[in-house]
Amino acid sequence: MAELTQDGRKIGDILLEVKNITLAFGGVKALTNISFDIKEGEIRAIIGPNGAGKSSMLNVISGFYHPQQGEVWFRGQKRGPMRPYEVARQGIARTFQNIALFKGMSTLDNLMTGRITQMHTNILWQALWKGPAEREEIAHREKVERIIDFLGIQAIRKTPVGRLPYGLQKRVELGRALAAEAKLLLLDEPMAGMNLEEKEDMCRFILDVNEEFGTTIALIEHDMGVVMDLSDRVVVLDYGKKLADGTPNEVRNDPAVIEAYLGVGH
Amino acid sequence: MSPELLNVLEVIINGLLAGVMYSLVALGFVLIYKASGIFNYAQGVMALFAALTLVGFQTGQIPFAHVINTIFGTHLETWGPGLPTFFAILLTMGVMVLFAYLVERIVLRHMVNQAPIILFMTTIGLAYFMEGFGDLMWGADIKTMDVGLPSGASTWFETMTAGWATEGSNYPGMYVDMLDVAAAGIAILLVVVLTLFSQYTKTGRALRAVADDHQAALTVGISLRTIWVIVWSIAGFVALVAGIMWGAKSGVQFSLSLIALKALPVLILGGFTSIPGAIVGGLIIGVGEKLFEYSIGGMLGGATENWFAYVLALFFLMFRPQGLFGERIIERV
Repeated sequence: MAELTQDGRKIGDILLEVKNITLAFGGVKALTNISFDIKEGEIRAIIGPNGAGKSSMLNVISGFYHPQQGEVWFRGQKRGPMRPYEVARQGIARTFQNIALFKGMSTLDNLMTGRITQMHTNILWQALWKGPAEREEIAHREKVERIIDFLGIQAIRKTPVGRLPYGLQKRVELGRALAAEAKLLLLDEPMAGMNLEEKEDMCRFILDVNEEFGTTIALIEHDMGVVMDLSDRVVVLDYGKKLADGTPNEVRNDPAVIEAYLGVGH
Repeated sequence: MSPELLNVLEVIINGLLAGVMYSLVALGFVLIYKASGIFNYAQGVMALFAALTLVGFQTGQIPFAHVINTIFGTHLETWGPGLPTFFAILLTMGVMVLFAYLVERIVLRHMVNQAPIILFMTTIGLAYFMEGFGDLMWGADIKTMDVGLPSGASTWFETMTAGWATEGSNYPGMYVDMLDVAAAGIAILLVVVLTLFSQYTKTGRALRAVADDHQAALTVGISLRTIWVIVWSIAGFVALVAGIMWGAKSGVQFSLSLIALKALPVLILGGFTSIPGAIVGGLIIGVGEKLFEYSIGGMLGGATENWFAYVLALFFLMFRPQGLFGERIIERV
């Protein structure tokens, strides 16, 4: 039952669904009874003011937090409690709000490390280097070079990423997530702290990734404007509760959302 | 060249060779520290344990023979003539991998997210446990290690260098122990192999990734536990090599575990997080302490090698606390 968006992209079945997620840290409830789904091929946004529980939600999906209640379903199967690396191996890649790159490693090595879930030769072959391990390295290197071309970061291939300016680091982090060829890409505030030009670049990349590779993307933003242009559907969180869920237009006109974002005159 | 100059040269060469051995021990520390932020106090004991195990396999000792004899009143000692050196080394490597697995499974797994000082205390506990366990398994007597490495003075080097001296000065030539040369060669080979492995293979990249950022490593699908087992295994191999070298030199005995202490000043000099640092640090300490002993030692009553390294490290701490190659920590106030 594939639907088509206005610009002709295909939206498929439900890829990931969270059901009645409740997450508490001690007495503080970060998320209360949250449910929503992400469909294959769409760009899904999670928005909300600071402290709304957006990042907590992303951390639940990527296995860093384990909710007290609720279920996560991925590709039609209920997921047990998983560690982050197991989630990654299932095909969910992510970036972080405050950038988690391998700062001492080059851009190329960061991207190659991003492909680790796709590499399968065992440690003995690697120690010998020749044979399967070498062929595998070369094949993966080609894929990584494609991503480097795509993101336009040829000039910084060999630069240790710790030395790069913030905007480029964000781009490399996106590249590393892309390298995993994940089914679902989670982006935690991909545009935070960027200037206007960098934001536009990043928007372009996100749209291109979605269009060219058909990657499903879920992203967090608290800048409403950016999100509305970018996404197919939007979930709005506030104080750990779900306020609204729908197309950008529906959400924009939702009274509860307007109140949370703008406040209501008394 | 004058004999005096040649003497200094001899001291430097021997210092470099000793330094390589220090580097080797320091390398084991750096590997584990980089990957998990743990200062592994047990590194020296791991070298002792590896050496004991190797000798045990070589001579065909029955593990825990003493315990078995006490309980069952038997008189077991050996099960045969022992294994050839090559197989004994392979088997010992296997034991070190098993050891790494058990350390992760039984100890580290429960220590995730603990403060560094607690992890450090854990490794102290581990060190004493292993020391006792090694004694129980292989007996506490001093053993000789013979893996077929050359030893004794190199006559070739002696005659060659004797020719360098000015005519008629009666210079006897330089003394270099062939065991030291072999040890240095093997240590250099080990470092080269480790560097290549970590630069150009998937697992090597995963190791560097974990050393760099745990959170990021998890998100790309690296299991920290697997990496820790690998890192402790590699540290176990390094300990085995160090154990063989030092064991061949001075016998396999408890004092072997104390060489770990010599690695401390090396680490302070080179930085806890840098493999090149461990090597350069080791060389500086090796040459430094030999030169100091040769030039000034006599005036201070000798035996300066016991403390020189620590004093040098202390000076370094005052001026460059992160070490020569360590990461400089700049914190925003």
